[in-house]
Amino acid sequence: MLAYYGSKLPDFIKKNMPTFGTPQLKLLEKLCNVIAVSGGEGEVRKIVLEEIKPYADEVKVDALGNVLAVKRGRAAKHMKVMLDAHMDEVGFMIVADDGEGIYRFETVGGIDPRYLLGKQVYVGKDRTPGVIGGKPVHLMDAGERTRKVAVDGLRIDLGPAGKAKIGDRAGFATKFRRAGPSILSKSIDDRIGVATVIELLKHASSNIDVCAAFTVQEEIGLRGAKVAAQYFNPDVAIAIDSTPANDLPHFDGDENITYNTKLGFGPAIYLADGSTLHDPRLVRFLQNIGDAGKIPYQLRQPGGGGTDSGAIQRALTGIPTVSVSAPHRYTHSPISIARVEDWKNTLALLHAALKKITPEVIAKR
Amino acid sequence: MADILPFLKSLISTSGVSGHETPVAKLIEEKWRPLVDEISFSRVGSLHGLKRGNGKKNRPSVMIAAHMDAIGMMVVKIVDGFLHITNVGGIDVRVLPGIEVTVHASSGEALPAVIALPPSKLLPASADDALDMKYFLVDTGLTPREVEKKVKVGDLVSFANEPLELAGEVLSGHTLDNRASVAALTVCLEELQSKPHVWDVWAVATVQEETSFLGAYTSAFHIRPDIAIAVDGTFAKGPGANGWQTHALGKGVGLCMGPNMHPFLHKSLTELADKLEIPWFLDVTSAHSGTDAYPMQVTAEGIPTALVEFPIRYMHMPVESVSVKDVQRAGRLLAEFIASLEIDFIEKVIWE
Repeated sequence: MLAYYGSKLPDFIKKNMPTFGTPQLKLLEKLCNVIAVSGGEGEVRKIVLEEIKPYADEVKVDALGNVLAVKRGRAAKHMKVMLDAHMDEVGFMIVADDGEGIYRFETVGGIDPRYLLGKQVYVGKDRTPGVIGGKPVHLMDAGERTRKVAVDGLRIDLGPAGKAKIGDRAGFATKFRRAGPSILSKSIDDRIGVATVIELLKHASSNIDVCAAFTVQEEIGLRGAKVAAQYFNPDVAIAIDSTPANDLPHFDGDENITYNTKLGFGPAIYLADGSTLHDPRLVRFLQNIGDAGKIPYQLRQPGGGGTDSGAIQRALTGIPTVSVSAPHRYTHSPISIARVEDWKNTLALLHAALKKITPEVIAKR
Repeated sequence: MADILPFLKSLISTSGVSGHETPVAKLIEEKWRPLVDEISFSRVGSLHGLKRGNGKKNRPSVMIAAHMDAIGMMVVKIVDGFLHITNVGGIDVRVLPGIEVTVHASSGEALPAVIALPPSKLLPASADDALDMKYFLVDTGLTPREVEKKVKVGDLVSFANEPLELAGEVLSGHTLDNRASVAALTVCLEELQSKPHVWDVWAVATVQEETSFLGAYTSAFHIRPDIAIAVDGTFAKGPGANGWQTHALGKGVGLCMGPNMHPFLHKSLTELADKLEIPWFLDVTSAHSGTDAYPMQVTAEGIPTALVEFPIRYMHMPVESVSVKDVQRAGRLLAEFIASLEIDFIEKVIWE
């Protein structure tokens, strides 16, 4: 069991604070170990529905498969705050049958093909075990041995008696595990966000309507978030995702000036990414909450990439939006690494922010 | 026939990188001890199990050899808590990004870790087109301070993905080259419990095949068998592998012909396989077989040598795949061959 948050936290934050320990990590483990490739989010949806039903006032699954839940506030005049986390992960789709258990596949979402050769996968709803194979190194010439592997030279092999259907989805077979202060797992992007929104919904403060959107198809174009925002029409929105920590050493010892975020430095607040200039009022508000509560946070280096905020901000007549991410290394790979402490502080920052948020935060430009 | 799958799974789940085979050697020793009359280690760490024949004194002997070492990696430098590595044996760099590994730390801990492909902005432009071992980093998820405390240059890094059973009695995992052959030797020893044999049998799990054939050279010299049989994997047909070097997975045992092999031994094995209706295929190598047959043949004054194989898909990847049936068949053929050896067989092993 992990320790409770630091005792230095002000009382207003500590009240109704989500506890943080084994149950939260167990939930994250369960969420990370299932496979939910964009368009086939059923396994995560099932867990989300199970977890939130006792806590939400309204729950629905919409036309795209988003899980949309509301926990109403009790104050006379309260804001609608949309909390967004995407359920889908990058993965594969079976596209052709080569016979004898060998299948061609396409990648779904942005996966660097260099991550694929020699990896274990599960295919379809029954999680049929398979491996991604290609030409063995012994049968190659010198140039071929180091060359980047293209997806069309790879196959998913289910064994000679293996069967899959065209259209079946597949994901990496790696299992969640703990290592010292870290989590090693596939799909930290964005199950860490899903787990965060579940916890925030379970401990919703009564000053606001919490509109929780567990969205589909983020990895292939932020498609679920768009309709979720249009359904909720919130006053403000926070997209909770996981962003790369490129905090590795530079190959020749130069300073690494493109780290994006760093592990262990707390939740990353976004300023600007490939699709969104995050609402400066919300950015400032989150920074103030972090400073007041002595909750560590970092600013994500402005740059490319994006989250569901790209779709939410421009929905309807426009929605003030910000993104917050728990950082992880090795994005869209078979195993990513995140820090437990960063997740804990993400939850603390957001919980504190939701308790303090008022219409004044966005009243003025 | 006893099911060899559980033992094979434990074999590939136990570490034994070339030069550091002790963990797996102990596991094999424990399994073989009740199956042999004497068991010992060579001066360089190969495991020797002697099962005596029932012939008169000064019996001839056959050595069956499978290497127990695994390809792996070694820490060469530590930077900000990240580990730079080099290869031990023939590592396929293309499979390294994003694989699970274990760092066998000097502190005595087995640390779970990941091989990182650093973001391209942190690498030279040339690294975009060609992967190079020197750019990969091993990440344990620990803080730099913890890493400095636990890990030292020279610590080993081994593959750590769990075995996966594929449909059609195929086992997939790392290090099936050549633990599957150790399993075949085990099947052979189990079969010989109820099969009388005249010759002495030396079952040998050799060290350092992947780097220098150290174990096969030295054990063959130590034992001085009358004949030697190496057991190893060959290439299975599969994605990207359909050339003449490749053979169907699950369709039988490979009997290899080439300069490392004595033609009469090869012929005897093929005739026996035909007689027993054990499915087999002919594999050929034009020069170096790349197996323990190569060193054993030239040991001492020369030893007539044969090579028994089975196909492995995705050789040297962490998802090597073998048909468990082929492994059982190889073990059974070895046992039947040993039981068929008459006291004067060696006199027939001649050149035409």
